[in-house]
Amino acid sequence: MNELQSITIGSTTHGAGELIADSVAFRFAQFAISPISLKARAGELTAIIGPNGSGKSTLLEILSGHLKPRSGSVFLDGQNLHTLSPRERARKVGLARQETILLFSFEVQEFVRQGRHPHLGNSLFESPEDDRWVEWALEKTCLQEFAHRRVMEMSSGEFQRAVLARTLAQRPRLVLLDEPTANLDIGYQVEIFRLLRQLAKSENFVGIVVTHELNLAAEMADYVVLLRGGNCLTQGKAEEVFQADLLSRAFRTPVLVDKNPSSGRPRVTWIAP
Amino acid sequence: MTLSPTRRNVLFLLLALAAALVLVDFGALALGGVHLSLGEVWAGLLGKHPGSEASVIVRNIRLPRILLAMLVGAALAVSGTGLQALLRNPLADPYVLGVSSGAALGAIVALWIGGRMASATPLTAFVGAVLTMSWVYMLGRRAGRLSSYTLLLAGVVTASFLSAMILFVLTLLSTRDVRGTAFWLMGDLSVVTDVQIKFITPAIILAIIALYAFSKDLNVLLLGEGEAAHLGVNVVLVETMVYLLASLLTGLAVSVSGAIGYLGLLVPHLGRMLVGNDHRTLIPAAAFGGAIMLVLSDTLARTVVSPAELPVGAVTAVAGAPVFIYLLRRTTG
Repeated sequence: MNELQSITIGSTTHGAGELIADSVAFRFAQFAISPISLKARAGELTAIIGPNGSGKSTLLEILSGHLKPRSGSVFLDGQNLHTLSPRERARKVGLARQETILLFSFEVQEFVRQGRHPHLGNSLFESPEDDRWVEWALEKTCLQEFAHRRVMEMSSGEFQRAVLARTLAQRPRLVLLDEPTANLDIGYQVEIFRLLRQLAKSENFVGIVVTHELNLAAEMADYVVLLRGGNCLTQGKAEEVFQADLLSRAFRTPVLVDKNPSSGRPRVTWIAP
Repeated sequence: MTLSPTRRNVLFLLLALAAALVLVDFGALALGGVHLSLGEVWAGLLGKHPGSEASVIVRNIRLPRILLAMLVGAALAVSGTGLQALLRNPLADPYVLGVSSGAALGAIVALWIGGRMASATPLTAFVGAVLTMSWVYMLGRRAGRLSSYTLLLAGVVTASFLSAMILFVLTLLSTRDVRGTAFWLMGDLSVVTDVQIKFITPAIILAIIALYAFSKDLNVLLLGEGEAAHLGVNVVLVETMVYLLASLLTGLAVSVSGAIGYLGLLVPHLGRMLVGNDHRTLIPAAAFGGAIMLVLSDTLARTVVSPAELPVGAVTAVAGAPVFIYLLRRTTG
């Protein structure tokens, strides 16, 4: 059992098709993230799990290149994300967090179109190529029939798909999602995760998801990172991370871990109080 | 209805709206205390029979006023559109950040000191506007950058303080001057000089074009500052520039024509009903829509109780409120 696990990254080649976080640390008032290192590969889905306040969302912001860490660096395809301008970064990195539905009623296709903004350059208008990618994103998320509906009229599950479509329209190399399935029913939860995993493979981007859905993470993620109190408790394949004693301590409630009978992957169940 | 924002559509929209504006202008030139025929209007514009009554009316009296109405209407409408996007609030109008109160105070102070409605009041009004704009900007910053939330609060507080100051100065004025300022405070297009037109025409047109350059950024900004930043928008730059340009437009408009109400709030919404929420089509729609609305209102103000005049701000308010209620019922019904 490893309390604190850190991966030492060789300072040589930071390969293509990977996201590498090299000892990133952060501090703000009482809140701190101790140096964390991790590596996520293109074509794979990585899940970041942990109790509330463990630093998951903050870590995601750091991994996106948007929030500067106190120390350490983040490399995507060998390039330091924090040295890029916001627009250059937005062409490579898509980050979607919890969003409130807008006051102004945009159509779904207008909403998804915003994802092309980093690619517009100095032009005020989209090019035919931009329009094609918007179509593509709507198709991949099965939203074509919704294209001209108002975003406000959608259900939460449909809206989440639209957010995913908008992120996809950016054509990023790195997709970061912060709790994309909060407030969604089981059907939508499974659908979003399945879509993510499938798209990460087909579009070959690095997919990183922060989630509270432990069993979905165990089922769908190729790699899992468990945080607690700003530290990385452990990281690895689901079978390695999903240990009853580790999870019980991290989430402050006793759990048992067995296998999902339909897939053989780890399954977490809380022990009745 | 959404008009898809392509270059072609925007050009088409501009042409259609410009044509509508020209039609409205012709009507406005013809109507008034003395009704002219379209032929007389056309002759007057072309400069035939200089010195005839029609020509003088058209060129010296109505044309400058209509020009002013177009500019001020466009300025207020575009300013309202920009501020509604900046503050992410469909109830924002050009006056919510206090710029108009500052301009009004500037004008009234000039009146108090100068003793009559001097031609310097537009200047002092504009100075008042700029000072207020800078003050609210400094107040509205949080951790060194503009935050739409603190900006709104700073603006509202400043506006109400300045309004109190205006009332205070009003008590120090003579009754005749009070009536004069009241007319100005409600919006008045009758006091227009060539100098004013020469100055504000390029200023307003340039400011509107500059704001239009940020139209695609405004679309993304509506998603939220964090989301916009993650989509590559330079949020600090865009918010600062939109604030400055919108405030400038408001300051220019108010310093020459007083605080004409409802336009800056309503026209953006009417524009949205016409072309949708994308600012690449909305800003042109608002600019021309504002121009058309104010020319129509001013024509009404001039003709309804002719030979007397209603203050144009009263017309926009009386006409604006029912339109607003109608819009409200339509969207919630």
